Amino acid sequence: MIYLDNSATTKPYKEVLDSYQTVAMDFFGNPSSVHGLGGEAELILKKAKSQIKTMLNTEHDIIFTSGGTESNNLAIKGIAHELRDRGNHIITTTVEHPSVLEVCRHLEQNGFSVTYLPVNENGKITVDQVNAAIQKDTILVSVMHVNNEIGAIQPIEEIADLLISHPRIRFHTDHVQGLGKINLPYNHGGIDAITISGHKIHGLKGTGCLLKKKNLVLQTLSHGGSQEFGYRAGTENVAGAVSLAKAIRYAVEEQKNYQHLAKLKDLLIEELLTYGRIHINSDEDCADHIINFSITGVKPEVMIHAFEEKDVILSTKSACSSKNEDASYVLLACGRDDDVASSAIRLSMDVNQDRQDIVEFNKVLKDVMEQYKDVMG
Amino acid sequence: MDYIYLDHAATTPLHQSVQSEMKEMISKAFGNPSSIHHFGRETRKVLDRARENVATSINAKFNEIIFTSGGTEANNLAIFGAVEANKDKGNHVITSEIEHHAVLHPFEELERKGYEVTYLPVDTSGTISMADFQKELRDDTIFVSVMTVNNETGIRQPVEKIADQLKDHQAIFHTDAVQAYGVESIDVNELPVDLLTVSSHKIYGPKGIGFLYKNHSIHVKQQLFGGEQERKWRSGTENVLAIVGFDQAIRSLKEELNSRKKHYEKLSNEFIKQLQASDVICSINGETSLRSPHIVNVSFEQTDVEQLLMNLDLEGIAVSSGSACTAGSINPSHVLTAMYGEEDARLRNSVRFSFGKDNNLDDIKRVVNTLEKITSRLRRLA
Repeated sequence: MIYLDNSATTKPYKEVLDSYQTVAMDFFGNPSSVHGLGGEAELILKKAKSQIKTMLNTEHDIIFTSGGTESNNLAIKGIAHELRDRGNHIITTTVEHPSVLEVCRHLEQNGFSVTYLPVNENGKITVDQVNAAIQKDTILVSVMHVNNEIGAIQPIEEIADLLISHPRIRFHTDHVQGLGKINLPYNHGGIDAITISGHKIHGLKGTGCLLKKKNLVLQTLSHGGSQEFGYRAGTENVAGAVSLAKAIRYAVEEQKNYQHLAKLKDLLIEELLTYGRIHINSDEDCADHIINFSITGVKPEVMIHAFEEKDVILSTKSACSSKNEDASYVLLACGRDDDVASSAIRLSMDVNQDRQDIVEFNKVLKDVMEQYKDVMG
Repeated sequence: MDYIYLDHAATTPLHQSVQSEMKEMISKAFGNPSSIHHFGRETRKVLDRARENVATSINAKFNEIIFTSGGTEANNLAIFGAVEANKDKGNHVITSEIEHHAVLHPFEELERKGYEVTYLPVDTSGTISMADFQKELRDDTIFVSVMTVNNETGIRQPVEKIADQLKDHQAIFHTDAVQAYGVESIDVNELPVDLLTVSSHKIYGPKGIGFLYKNHSIHVKQQLFGGEQERKWRSGTENVLAIVGFDQAIRSLKEELNSRKKHYEKLSNEFIKQLQASDVICSINGETSLRSPHIVNVSFEQTDVEQLLMNLDLEGIAVSSGSACTAGSINPSHVLTAMYGEEDARLRNSVRFSFGKDNNLDDIKRVVNTLEKITSRLRRLA
């Protein structure tokens, strides 16, 4: 089985699972309890935080959450509601993950105004677009780091450079697909909040965090206990937090392996280009681990299953929206026509992906294309 | 020194069966349940099976279970979700003064948003009165939240009677059953609530997971936005491993419920009996006949709670002064304040003992002996 759907989720590393298990069994106390067992759990939680800070080389506060969706919700809703008195304008892009877009739509229904920056054909925005969209009442910019469907990398550092001269505007970035692959300047003074998810980096589902600048004030999503500096109520998932720290450590350490994906991507693109029916949606500037292409004329679900029968696991668009059969909103935003946008397939690699997997994929692709030659007419 | 853990209302260790089940499933179900390929489908199956079991445990339907990141999120979703969905019907909501902070703080937030909130008082028994409830219930009341069992005193609240009162009323009824679920069998047909909160880590399951039961006939407004998971009531990739652990914790609970309950009764009754027979000067907070078997809240005259906790901890006994979520600060308990008023000495000298399945009578003996030693020393210092 060749698993090429690492942007949907990854297999947790054994070491990550081991650390989860050890903590869940041996340090089960509630970190808020004042007795020794609570104290131990609290200490371990703090240690996980300081490890993450060290590994990412950042001074930011770490708020543990239940994952990327919650981190995105917390950052965007939290900042918007906190700064509501100052303004109600938010800037984002048309290609964000649903956990950003849906929050923005919700905020629109609640009196905020949102500018969705259009992207170019490669899925990118420019810093000039952000600059031009800034209004007097702009309070928040949220732009993802690496797009989850096509791998487009947004100019986060440039936007951060721009926004540093706009101290009234907060900047959040969804780093879920970038961590361990593409560098992000975690300590940049222009970035206020960064979303991280565990299960995309061989960590566990239900784990994630929000990195936030120390002086950033957020309104909380949930009200209850005063855990996580008062920003996230609820008994801490201590074992989850420790396993996240472990997963981040591996992601950071293994980023050195990432560069070899460029060669694998070349190998893939070269093969894909030999088929007239295949339209490549990820350009060369996109991240190397995500390659999106369309095989027009056949439903992508059919292709996914054809590949699966030959033990190759791919996906259509993002798992979070792959249940509806509509065209990919990301590809439509990139200006693709309906045919291309509704026949997209995503291949997403692991940093340690074996070259042989891609060689094998190329063979399977040949078979599948042969098999569906007539259907495509 | 062997630690005696008597803080099961704060959190519980993982059940042995939960550990093995989670170990077993992790390699089988790592896919994203929303993916349409093999790994996704296999994981979806595991998730569906767990959801079915969880629903069955309270006699609910498959699609009435919303998995959340825990009790706090489930309470928040219930309160904000139901109130927002029904705001056209009225502006008045009711809760009690003794709720967990994961309920009280959302209600305070509702107040800030302009809702009129009634906090039902309790008397020294630790329970709200139905007369008060009837008096406060209005035609424009849209939401009522009263916990099933209080987490500090263990006192059970008259939730059946409230549900009965609300049968022909527009108000949505939510109960935080986090403490009750581990000690009594709950059937949403017999206890006709609209919304009910359960947390995993209080019943020997993993932290970071819980569920909200939502009766299919009512609507709540989504709070966490994103993908279409949990029928769009709650976005975010499902925490499958934790859900598997939670499900197993529930299965073990079902098997062991009666024996656990009897065990808790034996331990807490014996604890009270031995305390009363000892030199310890103490009294039980709340009406004992309404007490759930796993929690005993005890006031120790002429002592101070901080010193008590510290001394007990040094002797290897883990207990708490109230809910763990507030224990960090050791502010006087809002529950005891509601029962006794702000000036009462019991606010400053009470300790919660909460029993678990692995405690035994030897533990009780050692705890009572230790309490004798510590309290007499503290009384001399007082």
